[in-house]
Amino acid sequence: MDALLFMIFAAIAVVCGISLVIQKHPISSALSLIGVMAALAALYLLLGGEFIAAAQLIVYAGAIMVLFVFVIMLLNAGTEKRGRRMLANYADLPILLLFLGIVAAFIANRMPPTEQVIFGNFKGGTALDIGRALFTTYLLPFEVTSILILIAILGAIVLARKEID
Amino acid sequence: MNFLILTVIKAAVVAFVLLTALAYLQWLERKVLAHIQLRVGPNRVGPHGLLQPLADVVKLITKEDMMPSHVNSFFWFLAPFIAVMFALIPIAVIPFGTELNLPTLDLGPIHLPAIRTAMQLTDLNMGVLFILGISGMGVYAVALAGWSSNNKYSLLGGLRSSAQMISYELPMAMAIATPLLFLNTLSFRGIVDGQAGYFFGFVPKWIIFQGFPFNIISFLLFMVAAFAETNRVPFDLPEAENELVAGFHTEYGSMKFAAFFMAEYCNMVTVSCVATLLYLGGWHPIFPNALGSGFIPAIIFLGFGVISFMHAARPARPFDRITLPVVGVVAFVHAAAFGIGALLVMKPDLAQGSPVLQWVASLANAIMPIVWFTGKVISILFVYIWVRGTLPRFRYDQLMSFAWTFMFPIAVVNLFIVGLYVALFG
Repeated sequence: MDALLFMIFAAIAVVCGISLVIQKHPISSALSLIGVMAALAALYLLLGGEFIAAAQLIVYAGAIMVLFVFVIMLLNAGTEKRGRRMLANYADLPILLLFLGIVAAFIANRMPPTEQVIFGNFKGGTALDIGRALFTTYLLPFEVTSILILIAILGAIVLARKEID
Repeated sequence: MNFLILTVIKAAVVAFVLLTALAYLQWLERKVLAHIQLRVGPNRVGPHGLLQPLADVVKLITKEDMMPSHVNSFFWFLAPFIAVMFALIPIAVIPFGTELNLPTLDLGPIHLPAIRTAMQLTDLNMGVLFILGISGMGVYAVALAGWSSNNKYSLLGGLRSSAQMISYELPMAMAIATPLLFLNTLSFRGIVDGQAGYFFGFVPKWIIFQGFPFNIISFLLFMVAAFAETNRVPFDLPEAENELVAGFHTEYGSMKFAAFFMAEYCNMVTVSCVATLLYLGGWHPIFPNALGSGFIPAIIFLGFGVISFMHAARPARPFDRITLPVVGVVAFVHAAAFGIGALLVMKPDLAQGSPVLQWVASLANAIMPIVWFTGKVISILFVYIWVRGTLPRFRYDQLMSFAWTFMFPIAVVNLFIVGLYVALFG
């Protein structure tokens, strides 16, 4: 059952990911990205990380992607126009395949085939566990990340505001 | 009984009751609004217009389903489906009552098996987060409908909706965090269990009665944000009819329009359920069962029956002489049933030795919480309709500045104070 669900959601994620790249319209691409994120949330849930799954759904699929869609709609971005593809343009395909092959070989090398992923076996994905880990063991990295994000927000405001003379 | 069969039955019952309730919620809204505005409201189909929802459904299904030629057809078709789907899913984690625990019953030819099941489709460890996540996805339906309709009014509706959702989700999440700090759990069943009991024997330990006044502030913030999240007056700018025709659903007709309507009402029901569970103690009665709170439904039905008979004595129309006594007798039967149930819940030793009475007592034990829960949810829904009949619509800049410069700072300060309070005394 777990393996079947993994197959289904992994397939959804991959199909949505491919669709994200090949869709011509930005709205379609954004919706494909939402599909990828929702499928990833389901995969986290299968692994036992329920808080991460909910956060993925709320933050990425719910909030950030709404902003993306909002901006695309506001700019009324039209369908992307592609020029005629020359034969030389297809040269990226072998490079991509080569890269995928290297990654696959690396993973196959690192992970012995006898080792299996056990779904739902991971304990410590609840909100309680994550909160405890964030505010005790990993307090410093957590706070530093928060400050980093704050600086990024301030930077964005400074860059985006109009000059006031 | 088999878990799978039981789950399917429960899902079917919940879906049937919910969809019927949605249709009648619309009737209730029209009726209440009409009375607020000194009108009568729907009164042609059935007594007091009670069959109006049925007639509306038949009308909406049989209407011609047109597709304008200028729309982006795929997303235009997809949007109503997304709306209904993400409106219906959150109901799955909402608990309606404690649990049904029926013993076996042998009545000669009839043999009833023992049933034990929670009055809920599924209890998630992170039910609150699940609802936040799923209901946040509902905005895509409005945004997509507005965009794919390919006209500027619809597009403006969709844009307004997405901006509004993002803005109000923040104060809403902060408001929800306050009761969660008190209760220390994310599962709805745990949340309601944490609100059991009474201060001084009669003041319920609901969240709004704890941590005065911070949880009341949190409740008000949550309700305001919930009005905005469900696109209801005074926050219904995505479909502001005097500015945007009908906003995001201008181009929709027939069942597709009905789908958006259904999703809106379903979101209202979900939000009311969440408010009841988080702040109003879920299914816990307003005063203890030992003081006779169980008899309130019986008393309501009794009063209803008495009023029916009083009107039957002075009939306004000739057929009232026949119909109103029938209604009154039905109400009396209900009053008697609820009264017996409440008595058996209050004094369990009355049922000793009689398997039938024990069976009735355990049924009453499951039904009384649902009555309380439903009563609270309906009260909140009534407030929704009341507000719609009372307040005018916000202007768009007012809407945004209200969220960011008023609600958000209050929610943050409130959360800080409650966090400090819980850390010191909790």
